Amino acid sequence: MRFSYFVLRRWLYSILVLFGLSILIFIIARMLPGDPARLALGPFALQEQVEHLRHVMGMDKPLPLQYWTYITGIFHGDFGLSFQTRRNVALDIAHYLPATVELVLVAIVWVLVLGVPLGVLAARYKDSWVDNLVRVMAFIGVAVPPFVVGLFLQLTFSYLLGILPTTGRLSLMTPAPPLRTGLLLLDSLIEGDFSALGDALKHIILPSFAIAMTGIGQIARLTRASMSDVANQDYIEASRGFGIPNRVIAFKYMLKPASIAPLTILGLTFASELSNAFLVETVFAWPGLAKYGIRAILRKDFNAVMGVVLIIGLAFVIVNLIVDILAGYVDPRVRIKHEEGE
Amino acid sequence: MEEKAILDIRDLHVWFRVYEGVSRVLDGVSLYVRGGEHVGLVGETGCGKTVAMKTAMGILRSPPALFPQGQVLLAGRDVLKAAPIELLRMKGKTISMIFQDPLSALNPVFTVGQQIFDVIRFGHRWIRDDGALTKTKVRGIAMEALTSVQLPDPRRILSLYPLELSGGMRQRVLIAMALVNRPRFLIADEPGSALDVTIQAQILSLLKSLVKEAGIAVLLITHDLGVVRETVERVYIMYAGRVVEEGQTVEIFDDPKHPYTQGLLSSVPRLTGEALAEGIPGTLSDYTEAPSGCRFHPRCPQAMEKCAQQKPPMVKVSTKQHVACYLYHGGGG
Repeated sequence: MRFSYFVLRRWLYSILVLFGLSILIFIIARMLPGDPARLALGPFALQEQVEHLRHVMGMDKPLPLQYWTYITGIFHGDFGLSFQTRRNVALDIAHYLPATVELVLVAIVWVLVLGVPLGVLAARYKDSWVDNLVRVMAFIGVAVPPFVVGLFLQLTFSYLLGILPTTGRLSLMTPAPPLRTGLLLLDSLIEGDFSALGDALKHIILPSFAIAMTGIGQIARLTRASMSDVANQDYIEASRGFGIPNRVIAFKYMLKPASIAPLTILGLTFASELSNAFLVETVFAWPGLAKYGIRAILRKDFNAVMGVVLIIGLAFVIVNLIVDILAGYVDPRVRIKHEEGE
Repeated sequence: MEEKAILDIRDLHVWFRVYEGVSRVLDGVSLYVRGGEHVGLVGETGCGKTVAMKTAMGILRSPPALFPQGQVLLAGRDVLKAAPIELLRMKGKTISMIFQDPLSALNPVFTVGQQIFDVIRFGHRWIRDDGALTKTKVRGIAMEALTSVQLPDPRRILSLYPLELSGGMRQRVLIAMALVNRPRFLIADEPGSALDVTIQAQILSLLKSLVKEAGIAVLLITHDLGVVRETVERVYIMYAGRVVEEGQTVEIFDDPKHPYTQGLLSSVPRLTGEALAEGIPGTLSDYTEAPSGCRFHPRCPQAMEKCAQQKPPMVKVSTKQHVACYLYHGGGG
């Protein structure tokens, strides 16, 4: 009961955040210099034609009214028309989003599978060469821009070693599995098409790793700090004093409190991965939302820009919501503090 | 007397490898506690009381800690040489302890129940009794333990997290956890000193009645002389990693021999504050460059030349009182 209340509050906050974001991005899009109608029609269009397009798009109406039209449209799945593709932005997003989602999800897996164990190892063998190695790797991960990592990976694994493909989501020879979720890994798995699955895996390894580097470094550092901090706590010493075996202490009494800090920054890691995706998708010719978004920004395709920003905002809010709920689940202090604050 | 000792520490040296070199924290500590006996270990903060306790519990981490010399016999077994599994088996059953700060000694992300259940489950005493240990039985033992420390509504407390309990309640939970496996010997590190004075008094009297009832031997570690006077029969006074005086509580309070003990006692009325610094000028020295000879000599009002040169051995000054000070070495030398 207490916990569901905590979750409900988090949901309400999230809706507020999204509402605020929609207003902000709407205003920014309208304030940008340059006339979208003129840009859409080109330099040789007549002024009347431009005025006409402005009217069709409702841009001659007052801003609050425009916002109202836009926001009610969104609830009907109408994100407005994209100038580049001449389609509804909602359709474009549905087309490009899965590729990015897949990339970022795999990147998160990298972070969890590499970042956390590296951190635990570094804490366990504190100040040894293992620790130093992890430290250096973490610094590199945080310091080197992801697209440079991407280029480096392409050079090493595709060009020099030739074991992984350079660009794209699938090889030309591989027939794509029937579209279900848009996530190639999942679709090919559902279909039982293992050659497609393998091919998709090969393609996603490099770009997802390039995106994940920052997160791996951050999470490894934080897990290390968190584990060694918990190891020095009185309650761990007390557990040892009460005769709890070491393995139970490590995997139960240390791991749970130590997981809180890395968990809470996982939301930030997700955000940094999304922004990393913008450049990495370009390097790997990955047909995702980031590439679509960049083109939209360059061409002032403002319906598309707003759509992309809103969707990214939504993803961000959802991920943070999940992270918050998980953190509340793991850490009673978060939950109970919220009850008392009420 | 040593045969019956549950804890017998002999000439224990504990060093720590630190950045500046080697910190010689314990420098030849000897003390013993007999079965059922209540003993006090007194000294100012930083004198090595807690290090001694942790060594006895076998929970002092060694890499940083080194044990160059000495023995710690716990129920006849050498803690410093015992196999980890042997040490584990003694915890809870033979030896247990109560930690200084109840606010930090409970794991914040597990309920009281989860924590106390594990203590019971891994406390080998219960397993040996009758093989199987059902969940209901563990629960029953836990409830009984919480009831024995006078916590109301133990069923509810089992489902609470530490931060939902007051400091006094947490201290009671810790006492319950320490005693649930029925140890023969309990080390109490300044119990309740982190709590309000009134609550501390309650906790101490509760603890006293519990250990008396069960016939548990206690080593009470404290800097509070008032507590010592009320609770223990025999007392060790520690200064800078050495025992400087030992004797019956009454004797030591009536007739302290060591200049440090005298200073300590004279500062009793204001002991709670920084009064100690007023009572005895100077502060504890740095353990990496501990003073030569008697470690107290730089602060001692009666220091002699000899004091700076050689470590004074323990001498008997009455039937039950020993002191490590050259003032009492035969012929007044």
